[in-house]
Amino acid sequence: MDLRTRSENNLQVVSVHDSRIDAAVAIEFKDAMRASTDGGDDTVVLDLSEVQFIDSSGLGAIVAAMKHMGPARKLALAGLTPTVDKVFRLTRMDSVFSVFPTLDGALKELNP
Amino acid sequence: MSLISQLPVFRISVQSSEMAVREALQKLLDGLGPLALDVEESGTVELVMAEALNNIVEHAYPPSDPAGPIHITCMHAKDGLHLTVVDHGRGMPDGQTPLGAAANLDVDLCDMPEGGFGWFLIKDLAKDVAYQRVEPENHLTLRLAVAVS
Repeated sequence: MDLRTRSENNLQVVSVHDSRIDAAVAIEFKDAMRASTDGGDDTVVLDLSEVQFIDSSGLGAIVAAMKHMGPARKLALAGLTPTVDKVFRLTRMDSVFSVFPTLDGALKELNP
Repeated sequence: MSLISQLPVFRISVQSSEMAVREALQKLLDGLGPLALDVEESGTVELVMAEALNNIVEHAYPPSDPAGPIHITCMHAKDGLHLTVVDHGRGMPDGQTPLGAAANLDVDLCDMPEGGFGWFLIKDLAKDVAYQRVEPENHLTLRLAVAVS
């Protein structure tokens, strides 16, 4: 699982450079997110713009990553492609996360 | 139910594993190529079938059991895609599929559900979902209202 991290004005951006977060890589993703976000900025933006497909295991792994960050920190999602967006909408998980159509939009909104 | 001739019935068989799910989904989407599904429709097909196949890999063939075959049959009709999934693994508890109720999200962060979305997605997106244990096989049939005419 290829995650790349950078910091922008007190926001941590984690970009997923893989086309799928599915059952085959869900645990690997969860571990990689943990390693990427531990000790990082309070607000993390997960850039999903390269992810074309996510299943319920991948969704669970993103929820687990948010829970691991704890209530004092925030995990926002950006750049959801159509099928990824569909999974978040149908499960109503789009009400649990802050969801932004684009990474640029998320950065502007979260860091005015 | 009348058949549409443009896409012949096709069958995909894989040996149960997490990577086999990816392989089966790719073969299924490749097989549906002639229907030129839009991203919304192909997303529905991939999502429902991913959940159905993941359940088989996880529960019908748990790690303690030997892997076994998964057979998918896909038929296109006027009312959409009719999919049958057959495996030779363990049956559903109580002989039926889980209800697939929506998860309760009105909870504290620490209680937020990390699973249980699979059957909800299947039942939300698919029609005519039916499960039968035909010893020693599990038969799951469902319809996806895509490429309807």
